[in-house]
Formats: sequence, structure tokens, C-alpha cells
Amino acid sequence: MAASKEAGAGTFGAATLGVGAAFVLGAFLSIYIAAKTHEAAMATHATFFLLFFVFGLFALGKRHFDALERGPDPQAQDGVQYSDGVIRAGVIATLFWGIAGFAVGVLIAFQLAFPVLNFDVSWLSFGRLRPLHTSAVIFAFGGNALIATSFYAVQRTCKTRLAGDIAPWFVFWGYQLFIVLAATGYLMGVTQSKEYAEPEWYVDLWLTIVWVVYLLVFLVTLAKRREPHIYVANWFYLAFIVTIAMLHIGNNLSIPVSLLSVKSYTFFGGVQDALIQWWYGHNAVGFFLTAGFLGMMYYFVPKRAERPVYSYRLSIIHFWALIFLYIWAGPHHLHFTALPDWAQTLGMTFSIMLWMPSWGGMINGLMTLSGAWDKLRTDPVIRMLVVSIAFYGMSTFEGPVMSIKAVNSLSHYTDWTIGHVHSGALGWVGFVSFGAIYCLVPWLWRRKELYSLALVSWHFWVATLGIVLYITSMWVSGIMQGLMWRAYNDLGLLEYSFVETVEAMHPFYIIRGLGGVLFLLGALIMVYNVYRTIRGDVRQGEKLDAAPAGSGQIIATPAE
Amino acid sequence: MARFKHETIEKNSILLLVLTLITVAIGGIVEIVPTFLINTTIEDVEGVRPYTPLELKGRNIYIREGCYTCHSQMVRSLRSEVERYGHYSLAAESKYDHPFQWGSKRTGPDLARVGGKYSDEWHRIHMQNPRAVVPESIMPGYGFLAETPLEYRDIENDLKAMRLTISQAYSDEQIANARADLEAQANPDSDYDGLQERYAKAVVRDFDGNPNEITELDALIAYLQMLGTLVDFSAYEDAVFEQQ
Repeated sequence: MAASKEAGAGTFGAATLGVGAAFVLGAFLSIYIAAKTHEAAMATHATFFLLFFVFGLFALGKRHFDALERGPDPQAQDGVQYSDGVIRAGVIATLFWGIAGFAVGVLIAFQLAFPVLNFDVSWLSFGRLRPLHTSAVIFAFGGNALIATSFYAVQRTCKTRLAGDIAPWFVFWGYQLFIVLAATGYLMGVTQSKEYAEPEWYVDLWLTIVWVVYLLVFLVTLAKRREPHIYVANWFYLAFIVTIAMLHIGNNLSIPVSLLSVKSYTFFGGVQDALIQWWYGHNAVGFFLTAGFLGMMYYFVPKRAERPVYSYRLSIIHFWALIFLYIWAGPHHLHFTALPDWAQTLGMTFSIMLWMPSWGGMINGLMTLSGAWDKLRTDPVIRMLVVSIAFYGMSTFEGPVMSIKAVNSLSHYTDWTIGHVHSGALGWVGFVSFGAIYCLVPWLWRRKELYSLALVSWHFWVATLGIVLYITSMWVSGIMQGLMWRAYNDLGLLEYSFVETVEAMHPFYIIRGLGGVLFLLGALIMVYNVYRTIRGDVRQGEKLDAAPAGSGQIIATPAE
Repeated sequence: MARFKHETIEKNSILLLVLTLITVAIGGIVEIVPTFLINTTIEDVEGVRPYTPLELKGRNIYIREGCYTCHSQMVRSLRSEVERYGHYSLAAESKYDHPFQWGSKRTGPDLARVGGKYSDEWHRIHMQNPRAVVPESIMPGYGFLAETPLEYRDIENDLKAMRLTISQAYSDEQIANARADLEAQANPDSDYDGLQERYAKAVVRDFDGNPNEITELDALIAYLQMLGTLVDFSAYEDAVFEQQ
């Protein structure tokens, strides 16, 4: 059988040797750089690379000898030996980085309310922790959730094992190395200051290698599918992977000061650097935080609700319209700046148009519940998924509104933007990922159901309350600050000094911080629930019939 | 030929990949490429020059500490901003910014024209403890900058890398004198004529008030004090006034 050959007992093939040779070369390069550089940060990071390559070599060897004894992976009901180990690792990494990212978020939220929490220590100050927070939640939490769920969905909807034997694991561990390099780099002050693309040149190069392997694994899995159609979730995952590759390379073109230095200067400068940054930055939102998670929605919502996707045609229109329009929206981050006016207006126009495909996706997701709305009462996981789509709808309405120049003149540079981002990040990205993980954990560890659905309900309500506190406090503080900046007194002079507007923010920063605490608390409840589920426990008094069982079968056919 | 069906794309992973890539490439190309082709995107403005080596080092510290996470450097063309911060920012003023520092959030005020607004002494106290000069401030203290010697042994490499960027900043002469220029700018007793010849309006002072060594605070204050000072807007505004 092809399947048993893929699962491969003897893995000491050409691929293993090739990867091993590359790791040896990488190890020598790391030693050279660590020995020659006089920058502490570069020496530290070269050591991390070295450790990665050395452990990688050990893992390759161990995997080879284990494979001789282990035998092939178990078959699922449909006869395919799915590659699930890497997905289990991805789920655990998602939870780990999620807690880390949320916790740093809570800390920096309170730093803004109480500056003493910066401790006047370089690596604990807001300026270094803020990129740590954004990268941890977007790339570490979100990225691991995307990689894990995409690996799951693509195998099930293609009815085939993940392509490659070492490659998926290389993607997983290579991506964790990227996260560790980025995070420790920020703490040491290694940053190129491009928002959501702060890692320096050598980390960018590493991510490029990992990402290309990710693309190949995904693409080859699609190519060897045993279903005639490529399921809609995979269109979105594929668009996410390939567009992020394009954006990442375009935005990170830079000239390193030397091989031994962490520092680089971006190739583009000034106005063009700004435009390219927000071409990247807005589409990190559009493709990382939207297209990728829409892929998640298109797999897990129908699966959990046991209903087909509402409309096949709507998914076609909304896919192509979304990916075409999103790319243009970047300049709305640069209204009234030194960017040429035509570019600003173009960005605004496309941002407003973007509202339509966004709501197309929302409608397609929500209406998938047609005929299964009663599950909102009985299944808190469905509730989480549905509310995530509602938050998606809300943020994708708020976004176009804020992209209108007149609105943006007030909202830009204020906390309103922060609130907007978090209604998307906490509400949409957070909840859809939590929902997907609650689905995945029993499937992956072959448990009948979660340890406790009541705890899922607790997570849902605590986190929702946290989000409400967060976004309402940021609306108030953002709009108030925007109005104070432009307020004039009777003499025609500006009414408020800048620092008066800072002072006015104080109570809202505390409320926001409390919202973050609740969101973090919800995630901790989830970690406990997942831990007990993996252990195989079932909480006393839980109903076991609420949720659909089983990996294996899938809704692969387009609805209609 | 048969009527086109979306099924064709759905059944071919490579076709799906290629069409996706084309679809997502269009918007970026249409918006980004013209900014390189249309000359008026960045008009030539008198006074704009590359950063002196000391200012460049200061700028790198500004980046390292993540100052951009709370401070913008972009005065928008809105009345309330121009009155608060000064003339709106011109594209040429960030011509040598690799990367740009326009920012996206104003937890603190815009810094595009902060140069010369406060004394070096004010900056020294402010960096040590922001609340000593602005009681309501929520900015972290950066006392360690005054105690950290500036690392500039490879300053020539920084300038050489900058020259490989699109703005092609720095001449051979500027690169050859990089280290001397850096040291001269922080020492008012040095011979700094060459520095000021190579970098118009370069200000020479002992920025951190500590003549014994060049610290990171020297570099950062040198950078902050030149922000927004290179273009002489008074000449421009007088000219507009005469027309009326």
C-alpha cells in the first residue's frame, strides 16, 4: 500500500541525508559567527542556531532508529495513515505561546497605566515588550494555530497523509526557532522597527526557508489528494501561505551591516518604506489573521455543526474578491501623511469595498449554522465559533469606517485603533482558534469528548466579558483623545496640552488591563481543560452526547 | 472552447496557486511601483542631508528601544497638528530614513519636529526620569543610556550599508571620516570644521554633559535635537506671505 510506504519504516533516505548535511553546514556557520562576532546578541542567537542544528541532528538519528521499531502510524476509519504527531505538537505550542503572549499583553497594558512597572530596565520596558506581545500573539499563537489546523484540514479534506516525513516536523521546529529568535531578540533590542516584521535580517532569512518548506508540504499534499476537488478551506490556507511569503520577502529587503552584526538597514527608505511596510502590515492582517483563519472557519464550523458550508458560490466570490481587494488597503494607515494623495485615496476606496467580501465570508460562516442553531444552546464550542464570526463581522465593518479619511483624521494614532485590532484579534482570531482547538484535542488524542464542556462555557463567558471591557474602554479613550487633540478654546487656541490627554487616558487603561486579565484567565481555564482531556479524564456530571465525534469522516464536498 | 468553470481551478493545485499569486500581486504593483516612477513623490528640498554618524547611532538606539511604539514622526496636514507640532512633514524629510519612523500610535507626542524644543539638560533629566519634568508622563525611564558607552567601532560599516540602500547616502569622504566625525560631534573642543562641511547644520555639543566618554545618551540626544530642524520653513512661509 502506498500509505504504508509513505509512513515509512526506514527513513534514512536521501531526504534525511540532505537535511542532515544542511544541519551540519548550519552548525559550522553558527560556530563561526558565534566565535567571531563581538555583539552579545549575535553570539546568543548563533548559539541558539547551533543548538537547533545539533538537536536536529540527534532527532534525525533517533527518528531513524525509532522508525525501525515503531512501525507505521495507525490507520483512521477511512484507511489513511494521517500524520497527527506534528499537529498534536502544534496544538500544545499554540496554547503555550498563547498564554505567554496574553500575559505579556496584560503586563504592557498595566505599564501604560502604571509606568513604574517598566522598572526602568531596558528589557522590561514597554518599547521592547510591545513587539514581543504582538509577535507572540500573532505569529507564535496565531501562527502555530494556523500551521496545526492547516496540516489537519488539508489531510482530512484531501484524504491523504501529509507530504514529507521530516518536512512537517522541520516546519514545526523551525518555526519555534523563529519565534524564540524573534522574542529573545526584542528583549535584547534586536529589531528593525517595522511593525509586525520586527525581526532582523538573519531571522527573516530563516523564516523564509521554513515558510518555503511549509508551502511545499501544503502544496504537495494538495497535489496527491484523493478527492477530485480542493476543499474551500484549503484555498484560504494556500492563499495565506503564498501571500505571506510574497509580503515577507518584499517588506524585509535590507542590507546587513555585516555577517557578524544583527543590524541591517532597510533597502527602501522614507515614504516608499512606509508604503511597503503597510502593504505588508495591513496584509499581515488580511492574509495571516484573516485568510488563514477563514480557512480554519471553513473547516471547523461545518465540521462541528455537522452542516455543509452554506453557499459554494458565495465562497468562490468571497475568496477571489477578498484576496484581490485586501492587498490595496495598506495606504489607509498613512492618511494625511507625506504619502502621495492618490495612493491614500486608492487605499481608502479599496478598504471600503473590502467590507463586502468580508461580510460575504461572515454570512457564509454564520449561515452554515442553518438548521443547527439549537447547538448554540447545547454546545459551547459552537458558541465560541459563532461569536468569533460575529466579531469578524464587527471588525470588518469597523475597519472600512476607520479607513475613511475624515474618520481616520480622528481615530489615527489613538487607542481606537488598538481597540479595533483587539476586537479582531481577541474576538475573531482568538475565539476561532479556541474553538478549533476544542474540536481538535479530543480528535487528536482519541478522546470521546473534552474533559468539561462546562469549563468551555466558563472560558467563553469570562473571555467575552474581557473583550467587551477591552474594546469599549479603547473606544472611549481613543475617541476622547482624538477629540482632545483637536479641541480649540474660545481664543482659537488648542485647548489641551498633550500630557493632559495622557492623563485623561488613565482610568481606561486600567479597565483595558482588567479586560486583558479576564481574557488571560479564560485561556488558563482552557489550558486546564485541554490538559485533563489529554489525560483522558471526564468531569463528573458532564453530558457526553453534545458534540460530534470523530476524525476520519469529513465534509469535503462543496455545499450545494 | 467550453464555458469556464470554477471547477477547473478547484481541481488543479498549481493553477490555484498561480492564479492566487497573480490576484494578490496586482494591488501592490499598482500602488507601489508608481511611487518610484513619479518624481514628485519625493521632491528635492533644500537642507535635507544624511544623518551624521552620531545622529545615525542615536537613531539606531531610538529604534532599539522601540520608541516608535509610542511616538510618531509624522505631522499630518491637519490644522490641529500643524499648530501643535509645526509644519506638516515633507516626504523629503524622511528620505534617508532606513527604516522610516513615522509610527502608528501617539501614546506620547509626535517627535518629527522635537529638535531644539527642549534643552539638552531637559532631555538628560527626562531620560533619567520622565516624571521629574513631566509629572503625568507614563514613559519608562532610560537611565541606563547615560551609563552605557556608545559602541561605534564598526561605524564605517553602518555607513557603507546605508550607501547600498536606495537612497545611496554617504560619500567616500563621509565614510572615510565616519569615526572622526562621530567623536568630533560629541566634543565641542575638537576640530569639527570637517564635520560641519560634510553635514550642514550639524550641531556639536557634549549632549549628555559628561565630557569623559561618548555614551548612548550622547547619540540619542544628538538625534532628537536634529529632528525636523534641517529644512528652513521660515523662508518658505515668508514667500507664501508675500504672494498674498
